[in-house]
Amino acid sequence: MSGTRETAGRSVQRPDFMAKLTGAAQYTVDIGMPGMAHAKILRSDRAHARIVSIDRTAALDAPGVVGVITAADLGGLFPRFGHIVPDHSILAEEKVRYYGEPVAIVVAQSAWAAADALELVRVTYADLPDVLDVAAALAPHAPLVHEHTYGGTADESFRVLTGAEQERASSNLAHEVVLEWGDPDAALAGAATVHTTSVTFPMLYAYAMEPYNAVASYTGDLHVISTAQHPFMVRDDLARVFGLPLSKVRVTSPFVGGGYGSKSYTKVEPLAAIASWAVGRPVKLVLDVEESIYTTRVDSAEVTMTTGVDSSGRILARVADMVMDSGAYADNSPLVLAKAVNRCFGPYRVPNLRVRGRSVYTNTSPASSYRGFGAPQGNLAGETNLDQIAERIGMDPKEIRLRNVVGPGEELLPGKRGLDADLAADLEMLVDSLRGARSEDPHTGIGFGMSVSDAGAFPVSTAQVRVHVDGSVTALSGSTEMGQGSRSVLGQIVAEELGVEHSRVTVLQSDTGTTPYERTTGASRTTVLVGLAIQRACADARAKLREMAAELLGTPIEAITDVAGGVRTDEGKELGFADIVRGWFGSNAGEVTGVGLVRRDGVTQKMPPFWEVGVSGVEVRVDVETGVVDVEQLVTVADVGFAINPAAVEAQDLGAATQGLGAALFEELVYDGAQLANANVVDYRVPRMSDVPRRIDLMLAERGDGIGPYGAKGSGEGALNPIGAATLAAVARAVGRWPDRLPLTPERVWRLSCEVAPSQPAHTAPDYDGSTADAISDGTQT
Amino acid sequence: MTSTDTAADGVASFPAAGERACTIQTTVNGVRVERALDPRMTLVEFLREDLELTGTKVSCGLQVCGVCTVLVDDQPVSSCTYLAADVDGRAVRTVEGLAREGALNGLQRSFAEEFALQCGFCTPGFLMMATALLERDPDPTEETIREYLDGNFCRCTGYQPIVAAVRRAAARKAGEAGGEPS
Ligand code: FES
Ligand code: FES
Repeated sequence: MSGTRETAGRSVQRPDFMAKLTGAAQYTVDIGMPGMAHAKILRSDRAHARIVSIDRTAALDAPGVVGVITAADLGGLFPRFGHIVPDHSILAEEKVRYYGEPVAIVVAQSAWAAADALELVRVTYADLPDVLDVAAALAPHAPLVHEHTYGGTADESFRVLTGAEQERASSNLAHEVVLEWGDPDAALAGAATVHTTSVTFPMLYAYAMEPYNAVASYTGDLHVISTAQHPFMVRDDLARVFGLPLSKVRVTSPFVGGGYGSKSYTKVEPLAAIASWAVGRPVKLVLDVEESIYTTRVDSAEVTMTTGVDSSGRILARVADMVMDSGAYADNSPLVLAKAVNRCFGPYRVPNLRVRGRSVYTNTSPASSYRGFGAPQGNLAGETNLDQIAERIGMDPKEIRLRNVVGPGEELLPGKRGLDADLAADLEMLVDSLRGARSEDPHTGIGFGMSVSDAGAFPVSTAQVRVHVDGSVTALSGSTEMGQGSRSVLGQIVAEELGVEHSRVTVLQSDTGTTPYERTTGASRTTVLVGLAIQRACADARAKLREMAAELLGTPIEAITDVAGGVRTDEGKELGFADIVRGWFGSNAGEVTGVGLVRRDGVTQKMPPFWEVGVSGVEVRVDVETGVVDVEQLVTVADVGFAINPAAVEAQDLGAATQGLGAALFEELVYDGAQLANANVVDYRVPRMSDVPRRIDLMLAERGDGIGPYGAKGSGEGALNPIGAATLAAVARAVGRWPDRLPLTPERVWRLSCEVAPSQPAHTAPDYDGSTADAISDGTQT
Repeated sequence: MTSTDTAADGVASFPAAGERACTIQTTVNGVRVERALDPRMTLVEFLREDLELTGTKVSCGLQVCGVCTVLVDDQPVSSCTYLAADVDGRAVRTVEGLAREGALNGLQRSFAEEFALQCGFCTPGFLMMATALLERDPDPTEETIREYLDGNFCRCTGYQPIVAAVRRAAARKAGEAGGEPS
């Protein structure tokens, strides 16, 4: 974008790589505390049951055991957490609500001793009727997962964002959101074509490779080191549990071994903290993968979308209904639902709209945030429905999108920021690449789609930069480095703003005791919001340094201007930062701190702070004998405004798209009765190296249209969002029949290709083109 | 290996958890180590807890994800399911042994240059598996790399940068052998 920039805009090597490549990088799981004991969790072995009694005598007598803690021991503490609805029991009180729910903590000298003693804790249950899926949960007179409501919404900004209402205890409805404008019923009645699509988005597990773990020390104040993406949010939950001032609760997140949303908000931190509180020693708790799956999964969704178009393919109305299985506790599902509702109808002009979304409690493991935040669930329905309607009216799927897409500056949601992207141009880039490299094989198909997400979350961000006496700089941010590369990008912004070398900048992150407040690390916000805070902190440091220079030189402040790494006077005299700091303090000591604050004001007044764009497409090849789907080509367009580190942006897009392919082709948690049939990564299949597409085209679209530093917008989720629908459409075009659910496992695809009636030739055109191809048979109602 | 437990003693005398009933001698990253340990201990527990070599990570614990890969007598093994007692008399190599005098080796540098890592949790396993591959086949094709590394999971990168890094490392090595600057 700008040839004058020194560091921003370059694919500089990430400063965290050195430690990560040598094994020196510290993750939570690598950290101990002096005198530490080890915890293991006794978990419920049934879905819904009253706890009659817990006998811990034998366990307490076992070798090495330090303590056994149950909900009964938590007198004086607030025994639950939850940033939206504080419904989540740290340890099951009175009853268990899902298989795998923590019932007791065994603390021992070693993890082995704790594991051995777990088997000695005797729990007597009285089974209760359960609701294992949304149909059962929403049936009349269904047993209730939660009999009563919980106190006020903990998170003020959530109310601002969604107008959340409190749950009623008369049903298993955890949360409901309705979004409506115009008169959709009348518009559908007058439409030339009306088409309905129902799809199922699978129950997923994010599988961050570092399982949830934490080490806690309670000594009147509390220090927890954990895998948390949002240490400040976790701090707030822990302060409420112990009734401590925020200053007495310190949450530190070192390097995080993958997050993808699954480590947002509170997870195992309260368990480790109450264990330390109870036994009076630091306690470490490390979950295995199975326990992690039972800690947080992804909301599955059933979505029905109806669209009416006029004879030229213009959308007249969309009506959608979605039901999410959110499991036993709300966690962040109300927000995931709210986002799915406003993301499901796509970046299109929809003059009449009604979306009803419901998040439902069931006796299954609790669901919460996942990369894309409701967009993957909603987009699958919206884009598939659009592809099908295009096919019905004989229109190119690119054309129907171009005809309806919202243009730059145009409002997508009433009162929200106009679209800060050129989606039509992005789509042209995408489809050119996809169709340009098209294979002639009849068993291939291409699919593509678009999404925009109201990203960035609530804009509260703070940062500090410290200019040292040698002119090097330390930047402090509460934002977490979990792989996405923020440590590099934030350092590049500092280097750019202050005109110092990137190698002389260090970024320290995510410790509520030492780094400044950051609301969350999610919603792709870091580059934009923390970036702005860092820019402002640099400007503040520079203002202070100019004043100090003026004082030192006895010049009026107006005579001083900024240059790289220092200042210059009107007469051409230059002082570096080191000269100023040293001169002002009068010795080889001291430093200058700049502070940057971001709130809902100025460029971040209008919500959302930016729209995150997803423009992705695939070409697949289907083996009709086996149903195996190979992804031949993956194309993404990163519409990021300005790429501060282009290689890091491409890396995010490829990683996100690959996760999307996992959900599209392989991944699904399957409940078999009360428990999961595949709570491990042998049976829960994630993408492997051999699954990687043979041709990958990761494009950047830089138009400087974001509010972030140098015109940047966020990325990291966008490329994932359209992948589900794109893959579904590509498979449909390859086999001649529309699937109605993900993942597209070999068995499902094989059955689908067998279902094509002999009288109805399998669709053989390599790409959908309404003028020549037969319509793909579509199992859904029209 | 010496053991205080013998088959004749039967089940009753099986050592209690944590009892360091056997002694091993091994070499870890070139350093000789002699330790008494619990025969139940896995290699990764021995490396991480006894030797404080925490570079080797654990994820699945089931020998499928590859993050815990280390080399035992140059063979890649999953240290999460390999008994520490079985490295008696053998040489172990871990990620901590790759860099020389604080400088990344060619494979590590290639990973950095290709952005072949993000969170880095899977990286030690990939580095060790790729080391084993390059020691067997100094010039692997893309197909060979995909096949050899297919048992190592990465959730962040989408894999292609890792394939590119291994190829770059092979080319770098060939360049060095041919006297070209790397
Ligand atoms: S942790 Fe050993 S293979 Fe996964
Ligand atoms: S870099 Fe995060 S899992 Fe591979």
